[in-house]
Order: sequence, then structure tokens, then C-alpha cells
Amino acid sequence: MKQKDIAELLDEPACSHNKKSKSGCAKPKPGTAAGGCAFDGAQIALLPIADVAHIVHGPIACAGSSWDNRGTRSSGPRLYRIGMTTDLTEQDVIMGRSEKRLFHSIKQAVESYSPAAVFVYNTCVPALVGDDVEAVCKEAEQRWGTPVVPVDAAGFYGTKNLGNRIAGEAMVKHVMGRREPDELTPEQLAHGHQVYSINLIGEYNIAGELWHVLPLLDELGIRVLCTLSGDARFHEVQTMHRADVNMMVCSKAMINVARKLEEQYRIPWFEGSFYGVEDMNNALRDIARLIDDPDLTQRTEALITREMARIDKALEPWRVQLRGRKVLLYTGGVKSWSVISALQDLGMTVVATGTKKSTEEDKARIRELMGKDAVMIEDGNPRALINIVREHDVDVLIAGGRNMYTALKARVPFLDINQERDFGYEGYTGMIELARQLCLTINSPVWNDVRRHAPWAAAAKLQEAANG
Amino acid sequence: MAEIIKRKKALSVSPLKASQTIGAALAFLGFHRAIPMLHGSQGCTAFGKVFFVRHFREPVPLQTTAMDQVSAVMGSEENVVEGLKAICEKHDPALVGVPTTGLAETQGSDVTMAVKQFRQKYPQFAGIPVVGLSAPDFTGCMESGFAAATKAVIQQLVPTADAGSTRPGRRKRQVNVLVASFLTPGDIEELKDIIELFGLRPLVMPDLSDSLDGHLGEDEFSPLTIGGTPVGELAIAGDSTATLVIGASMKGAAEVLEQKTGVPNFHFDHLMGLQAVDDLVQALHQISGEPVPMKLERQRAQLQDAMLDTHFMLGMGRFAIAADPDLVNGFSQLLAGMGADTVAAVAPANAPVLKKVRCAQVKIGDLEDLEVAAREHRAEILIGNSHAQETAYRLDVPLLRAGFPQYDLLGGYQRTWIGYRGTRQTLFELANMMMHLEKGEIEPYHSIYAQKPEYAQEATHEHGTTAQSARIEH
Repeated sequence: MKQKDIAELLDEPACSHNKKSKSGCAKPKPGTAAGGCAFDGAQIALLPIADVAHIVHGPIACAGSSWDNRGTRSSGPRLYRIGMTTDLTEQDVIMGRSEKRLFHSIKQAVESYSPAAVFVYNTCVPALVGDDVEAVCKEAEQRWGTPVVPVDAAGFYGTKNLGNRIAGEAMVKHVMGRREPDELTPEQLAHGHQVYSINLIGEYNIAGELWHVLPLLDELGIRVLCTLSGDARFHEVQTMHRADVNMMVCSKAMINVARKLEEQYRIPWFEGSFYGVEDMNNALRDIARLIDDPDLTQRTEALITREMARIDKALEPWRVQLRGRKVLLYTGGVKSWSVISALQDLGMTVVATGTKKSTEEDKARIRELMGKDAVMIEDGNPRALINIVREHDVDVLIAGGRNMYTALKARVPFLDINQERDFGYEGYTGMIELARQLCLTINSPVWNDVRRHAPWAAAAKLQEAANG
Repeated sequence: MAEIIKRKKALSVSPLKASQTIGAALAFLGFHRAIPMLHGSQGCTAFGKVFFVRHFREPVPLQTTAMDQVSAVMGSEENVVEGLKAICEKHDPALVGVPTTGLAETQGSDVTMAVKQFRQKYPQFAGIPVVGLSAPDFTGCMESGFAAATKAVIQQLVPTADAGSTRPGRRKRQVNVLVASFLTPGDIEELKDIIELFGLRPLVMPDLSDSLDGHLGEDEFSPLTIGGTPVGELAIAGDSTATLVIGASMKGAAEVLEQKTGVPNFHFDHLMGLQAVDDLVQALHQISGEPVPMKLERQRAQLQDAMLDTHFMLGMGRFAIAADPDLVNGFSQLLAGMGADTVAAVAPANAPVLKKVRCAQVKIGDLEDLEVAAREHRAEILIGNSHAQETAYRLDVPLLRAGFPQYDLLGGYQRTWIGYRGTRQTLFELANMMMHLEKGEIEPYHSIYAQKPEYAQEATHEHGTTAQSARIEH
């Protein structure tokens, strides 16, 4: 990828970080960097497309330690769970054989697995030696008759965030607009109301949590053309240009997709979240608002009223246990505000939240939710997190899996919120699971046991004290 | 405090109970060069032998007084006398245990008198200890039989302080260890290791870790046990500094030992979980006066870490347990400490310790009772013996094998449940079982508007084959 293209991707007019010198896509600092590279971001954004053969073009490190590592679920094909890499050798690199190996790899993937498409992720080594991945993909597509999409995402291009955008860009450039949506059948239209189409961009269906939301959208007559990319199919991505509304699901990572679809196809978009009762209500209302059909608006309100009543009752026993408990939320910023309202719905107090990757808008929203004095954590190193836990007498740390063991070592209750988790928290129903998991760890009897000194150590301390 | 629900139904279905008699036999198998001779009909011994051979995968010495029709009616003391003579003559054992069976007790056989007659008739075997006891299968269960036999051995073979000229604490580094039937040979090995870390010498009674630990010996065949507590050691048990008593069922035996020797008892209901093991280690620390070894401190810290890692899976987990009382109690305590719930608990016979079980109710019953309770309370994992596999299959939940018998699992007898290390391993195993249940899985939802071609295919496929697949299932 040319420097110019990278700069263009970094210049994202729809992102409010653009206005600041310290951009969300700032260069990582050697020695203090945490988080993934552009390849990581690109792969994570697209891997959930279930019927695609995802080939990582590079030596083993890129795919070897990252394949099949997400909690994203498919309702059908499981091809995305099969790791594929060209696993380049020294000889390939020295002798310039990596392009050839890629070409044959694509052939093998097509012949063995008949994928809907092949995605080829370029990584550092082939990018550096100058493989023309795009040309290989084009040639392979013609030769084997299956779409082959290059995703040029070498790690050294930049951060994970940039990688998300690269992935989005690849979809806009090579996939979207290539197919018209399936015609709605008479049965699908027979529910007495208009059917509208939306896309969910940045929804990854972690632990299948989207399946808590989809039934409600079905009920309202809202057709999800495509989720980018949880439980998606390649030919759904091709139809994304026909949506009436795009929802950016609690992340700006692929904001370029929404902006380009707006520019090219005039699809309005909004940013929302399915976490928490309030945000769930807002998301449904925003969809109705942008579609602007009074019938849909009215039915949406009726559904919200019904679901609120149901969930309020179901959450009551959990609220009793969670009310007033203090939370430190550190998600690296992606879901910084969306989860706050979910926790507040449970009667919990969020004392601090991570804002490393949050935009100015995100921060404004956080202030709105948490008040002026909200503690925002820019640098979420483990020591700093633990200090905040101690200072604020925090009951539970909610963070990504990589921080889990930090929390546990410091004997702090923990809830995993990131993509590797096994439980789905979206929608009204997901709230019950979230409450349950929070209670499970906060009220666990193990905390007393792991904080307790051994009886002999306690006795020794007493003895010491007695001896002065 | 758990409510104890007594047996109400007539029929016992999928019995959980193993008899007192074989429990007593097992205790004798924990002594060196010993052999139990069950006082009953041949079958009592044959079944018991198969039971133990399948569980331990070892040859098991077990004899019978082989009561027949005549002795069953006319009196069977003669069978005991002649049986003892035959065994003593042929094998020169260090100990013969003679537990009675239901048949002998019903007939009114007096095993103590029979042993006396044997002594009178064959004084040449006066040097061979013989311990008879009443252990009919119509009361108690394996655990109580095991405890009763150990108590009988202590009563009959441990001398009082006066008679044996023993004095508590004369052997400063020696501790007696009374272990109940719920400790496996692997458990006893671990317990001895822990005790030895404090520079103490454990005198374990009965020591199954030395006899039925599954080791390949030099001798090709032995009609007697090839390890276990040396019977001669019983004479110096009175010199020990302390007696560690593991398992509530051993309380009676421990009291007798204390009365006879004056050696003070330290009681532990079980050794699973941080608190229980802390108590043991603290006691050893006090008894020995030694600092707690770094190795144990480390194991303790490892257990704490494992508790943190596993609490996510075990918390609010729903367990059903079926086992003898001490084991039910131990598991329920361990699980409660992890935030897990014992939603169903069944024991084959009542015991005072069942009141302590961390479950609303404990049913005295069988595996059918377990099945009903586990289904009613939606248990997610069963803990029980190999017979519970069928129960687990019907409930469609996984089974953790524990207790007797474990005939479909290699090495079950050697598994270590206790101590910091054993507890840690148990937590890992339970948490893995829980994780593999994939409780967080959300049923895939097929949107009515989806553009996913496989949905349409699946729908037609299902329609086409419903009738056929229904037939296949049945």
C-alpha cells in the first residue's frame, strides 16, 4: 500500500479525531505500545464473514497465533474457523517465490473448500519484499472463477484501528455494490407492514449476542441486509449499498464504510449500541427516526414498552444484588460509553472508564452519562488500573480478556467484555446474562479465600506485633 | 443445616449403597500381610472380590467362611474356626479380619465366641492376630463398615498405655493418622507427603496407599496383602504425639484410640478446599513446631490462583452428588466455597455429618433418587460412582467419577482429591467440564428476511427427513 493511500485512510473526515493533532490513529510509541497492528485490525474486522476462505499471506507468526481466536458465531458455514496461511519459508522470501505460493494457495482453498470468496490478507514480509498481491488476486479470480479480494494490511502500516479501516475500504472497493439483494418473497412481505433494510456495521455477533436482537428487528419488519461482519455471508456484503439506514454498532472502527456508503449511495447512518436497556431503546428509535415511517415509529414504541416491562421484572432480583456496586470500565475505548449506560441500568456506579481509543464525541457522551467528574483513563497500564481500583474501592473491573489476569492477580473481581468472551450481552435478553455474570464474580466466595492469610502467617504477624 | 430425607419407597432402584461388610473388608486390606475372611456364604465374598478387583485393577485377597445350608441352620462358628485354621496354616498372615455378613448376623452367629473357640482349639496360631466384628449389610454402608473395622482393630490390637507401656509424645515425630474410606490411595499418599514435609512420621491406619496403590512387586503371587500398615506398629501407636482423624465417620475409632492411649485427636471432616487444608497444615505446624515449608506455601498460592481462574465457570454452577456421607459432605463444602450450588445430594445411609452438607436436603437413597432430584433442580454436572454414568446419560449431563466403584475408569483409585494440589486439580477438572457445556451459547436465530441461502436448504432438508429421523432416534 502506498504512503498516499495510508494517509488518505488516516484522514477520515467523519471521525472527530481528525480535528486534533493527537489522532486516534496516532503512531504507536516504541516501548510503550499495546494493542494490535493493522493486520490484526483488518483480520478481526472481516474474519466473521463465515463462508469466505481467509488466507493470511505471510510467514507463520501472523496467522499462527491468531487464527480461530474469536468469540464470533455463525448460524451456518464454519469455513471462517479454518485457519489458512501461505506460511512463507525463508526460501520463498529469498527466491521470490511467495507470489507463486499465494497463487497456488488460492487454488487449493478454492478446490478444497469451494468458498463463496477468498480474502487475501497481505502482511509485513510480502509487503516489504514487494509482492503484488492485488495482481495475484486478480489473476486467480479470473483463473478459478471465485471472487478473490486483496486486503492489503501489513502490520507496519499502522495500528489496529487503521487495519479496521483498511478492511472496510477493501469491502467498499471490491465487494459492495456487486449484487442486488434477494427479492422479498410474498411470505416475507405478508406481515401487514412495509419492510425496510439496514446494515449493522461493526457488529461481530460475539457469543451469538446478535441473536438476542434479530428477532426484535424481524418483528418490526426491519431486514438486516448484512452485518459487517458477524455471521455475514459474502454475497450479503455485496448488497450493502441497498440499505435504507446504516447503523455503526458502538464503534467507529469502520466509520469510513458508513461515510462512503453515504457519499456514494446516500444512505444515512447513525452510531448506536445494543448494550443496555437505554441504548437498545435508542438504537431502535434511531432506526425508526431515520426511516421516518409513522407506522414503524408507533410499532417501535409499542415494542419498547413491552420489552421494558418484561426486562424490568427479569432484572429486579439482579439489581438488588448489584445496586450501588462500583465499576471500573476499561475497554480500550471502543465500547466506553455504550456499556456505561448498561451498567447504570443495573443500578451500578461507573467510577472510571477507559478512553484511549475514544473520540471527542465519545468523551462528550461519557461526561453526559457519568457527570463532569468522570474519571477517564487514557493510559490503561495494569498498574494504573489497579491503583484506580484501590483509590475508588471498586467492586468489579470490566475489561478485555488480556486484562483479566491482571485483575485476578490483584484479587479484583472481573468481567470480560471483549471479543474473546463466551457470553452475549446484547439486547434486552443479553442484559440478564450481563447481570448474572456480574453477580457471579462479585458475589463469589473465593474473594475472601484468596485475600485471607494462612492461619500460621496470621499468627506469625501477631507474634511479631507482640514482640514489638 | 441440611434436611435429611429418609428412605420412603419400597424398591431401591440403581442402588448407590455398597455393603458394610465389604467396607470392613477394605479396611483390613489396608494392613500388611492381611486377609479378610467374610463370615457368610461364598457369594458375599465372590461379589466383593469382583467389586474390588474391577475398581483397583489388582488381585485382592479375600476369603469366606463359606456357610452352607447346614451351618446356616445348625450354627456356623465351626466354619469360622476351620476357616481361620486353614488360612493360618497355609499363609501365616499377620492379620485376619472376620467381618460378619447379613446371613451370619441373622442366624445369630457370635463371631467373638467363634474366634475364642479358634484360640482354644488351635493354640499354635496364638501369635496371629484375628479381629472379628459385626458388619451386617442391613445397616450402614461401605463407609460405616470401614470405620467399624478400623475401630475393631484398634480395640483389639492397640494396647492401652498401661498394658503396652506407651506414653503420648514419647515418639515426638510420630503421628497417627486415621483415614476414612473416602480417601483414595492417591489421597493417602498425598497426605503422607504433606505430613512428612513437617519432619513427621505418619502412622496411617489403615494404609491403602501402601497396599492397593497399584504397584508391581517382586513376588509373583501373594495370597495376602502386599503392603499396608504393619500390624506390629499398632503396639507403638500410643507413643505418637498426636492423631489426625480424617473423615467424620472415623470419630468412633478415634475416640477408642484416644481413650486407650491418651494421644490427642485432631479432627478433620474432609481435606478438600483451601480452608480445610489450611486447618490441616496449621495443625501440623503446631504439632511439629516446624515452620510451614515453602513448598506448601507455594501450593497454597497455586490453589488460590486456580480458585480465581475457575470461579467464572463454577460460580452458580449446579451440581448433583451421590456418594457415601463423608464424600458428599467434602464435595459440597468445596463447591460452596467456589460459589457453586449442590442442588441434589444423595447418600446411601444416614450419618451425623450429612447435617453439615451444603445442600437444602440430603436424600437417603439410590441413584434413581439422584436422577429425580437432579432433573428437578436442573443439575449441570453429576458427581458419583461408575453406576451413575447411566443416570448422567439419561439426564444428558457429564459425570465426574468419585467414590466406589469406578469400574469404567482407569486410575480412579489413584486420583488425588485432597490437599492444595488435589483440590486444584479437582477445580480444573470441574471447571473444564462446565466450560465444555458451553452454557453461554445462544441458540442461532434465523432471521425471516435473511439472505442466507443455507437457511432455505436446511428448511427443505428438515421437512424432507423429519419422519425418517424420528424413526431413527427410536
